[in-house]
Amino acid sequence: MRGTHDVEEAVLAQATNLGPPPYLTSAGSMSQETVELASATASKVQRTPHVRSSPLGDRIFSILLYAAAWIVLAVVVALFLVLLKAAIPAIQATGIKPLLSQVWSPNDGQFGVLSFVYGTLVTSIIALVVAGPIGIGAALFLAELAPRRLATPVAMLVELLAAVPSVVYGVWGLFALAPFMRVYIEPALAKTFGFLPLFQGPIYGVGMLTGGIILAIMVVPTVAAISRDVFEAVPNEQREGMLALGATKWEMLTKAVLPYARSGVLGALVLGVGRALGEAMAVVMVIGNKPAIAASLFAPGYTMASVLANEFSEATGKVYISMLIEIGLLLFVVSLIVNVVARLLVWSVSRRVGR
Amino acid sequence: MLKSLLVRRFWSAFMSVVAALCAGLAATVLALIVVFVVTRGAKALNWAFFTKLPMPVGMEGGGVANAIVGSGEIILMASLAAVPIGVIAGIYLALFGRGRLAASVRFFSDVLTGMPSIAIGVFAYALVVLPIGKFSALSASVALAVIMLPIVVRTTEEAVRLVPSTIREGALALGLPAWKATMIVTVPSARPGIVTGTLLAVARVAGESAPLLFTAFGSQFWAKTVFGPTAALPLLIFNYAISPYPDWQQIAWGCAFVLVVLVFALNLIARLAFSSQIHAR
Repeated sequence: MRGTHDVEEAVLAQATNLGPPPYLTSAGSMSQETVELASATASKVQRTPHVRSSPLGDRIFSILLYAAAWIVLAVVVALFLVLLKAAIPAIQATGIKPLLSQVWSPNDGQFGVLSFVYGTLVTSIIALVVAGPIGIGAALFLAELAPRRLATPVAMLVELLAAVPSVVYGVWGLFALAPFMRVYIEPALAKTFGFLPLFQGPIYGVGMLTGGIILAIMVVPTVAAISRDVFEAVPNEQREGMLALGATKWEMLTKAVLPYARSGVLGALVLGVGRALGEAMAVVMVIGNKPAIAASLFAPGYTMASVLANEFSEATGKVYISMLIEIGLLLFVVSLIVNVVARLLVWSVSRRVGR
Repeated sequence: MLKSLLVRRFWSAFMSVVAALCAGLAATVLALIVVFVVTRGAKALNWAFFTKLPMPVGMEGGGVANAIVGSGEIILMASLAAVPIGVIAGIYLALFGRGRLAASVRFFSDVLTGMPSIAIGVFAYALVVLPIGKFSALSASVALAVIMLPIVVRTTEEAVRLVPSTIREGALALGLPAWKATMIVTVPSARPGIVTGTLLAVARVAGESAPLLFTAFGSQFWAKTVFGPTAALPLLIFNYAISPYPDWQQIAWGCAFVLVVLVFALNLIARLAFSSQIHAR
């Protein structure tokens, strides 16, 4: 390839310019010009005196606009501060002990949160491992392989999957998925991979594996929808060039499309993990709700979100409630970090476009 | 590339089938869930289901009227707070959104979209329930409003951006002040998109149960004020589904059916509304 680097830069720029869906980019690039025009015009209007302009109206209008914008920021700050303030009694009473212990026994004043952190990690990893390939595969099919007539309705079905309320996933998981796991999937796994500690021990149907699977089902649409947008933005020249070099369709996808869409797909995966981390209702119904760290994926567990869902409304005692709020704070901070990383990932690409 | 063309073609065809299976699998799961909810839920539906209060365990009949009304009330209050602020912030981003403030608003409203709804519920608990000392519909609305806000902001921004700037410039050139040009020219043209954003936000929070657990809390009776515990559909699904009573589980399925129909309908209407704006261009 001639001037590979330049070509890559240019294509990458183009790819990412159209790339991530508008809600992921700092400024939906398609309407960038429009916006600049509009705001340029607007600011001119505000500065130059007009015959019929009403400065008072414009001043009130602009105060309103700025106030609304600041409220959005204030909400995020308030979320953090309010959670922090309400968690202070627990932090004062227990210090950092909860982060070092896995014994959760509120009646005895034992508030170890490690088993929740473990459960959250394990279920999210299962969700990522299962949903990642399936979501990307589905996105490749919908964006690249399927004929339009098939892709449009299937894509809509996948998006509707994202709209199903999480409590409905939970009910379905409890009454349909968990029995199915208990009778078919988990015995089969135990038989085939039983030599691994991951797949040993008694089988209940509810447990960390089932929790991870239900999360995977919920994460697939997120990964698929974002990846699909990213793939559709890869410029056609890339595909054509690869095909002209004699590549098969699959080689074109893995050697031209995927590399260009790399950061967008990564962003999609991270956002998927973010969704899995914080999901409470579906998980609480299928994970078994037992605060313990077990090697087996069949064993019941607990996640940070599900302990909140299960115990918060029944918690009594100032420290207990405050401790649960501290878990909420922890969850908030972790999700904040994950989401910020995902957004920066996508941003780093869109900023390269600007240059 | 030493592999023969035949092998490479076979591999390509094989992997294409695998990708198709991935999409098929996702669609199949949706079909499974919908079929399951419909077959189980339809049986629970009758006139009393929509008009009567819940009955104690073991009693025949009864319905979830208070939960339907409670959900509506909570969502309405949340919308009254989130939609105006969200729309105005969205207009700000679309028309004047440059510089650091706008970038942070965009960034953090996207980040807010990804925040766990249960953590937002804890926030509403600490902000409203703790000081008042009582679970309430109001606190639930606070939580749902926080969840709706970023969705309304970003969809409004997209919708307002789709309005050609020439229309606005025309209005400004005719001597309209900026606020009038915005409110009577730009915003009405973006209305379908703004409606879409609102509907999507409502669809999102209509199914939220995690933030209601310790805000609305649930109730077997009609809620007399917004300052007391209130029943809500998603909450009732959770409480009844994990109960050991088949009667209650049956009602949970019925509610799940109603909720899924509602959410799907809102999503479809939202899509139609938005495509009407795009086609109108």
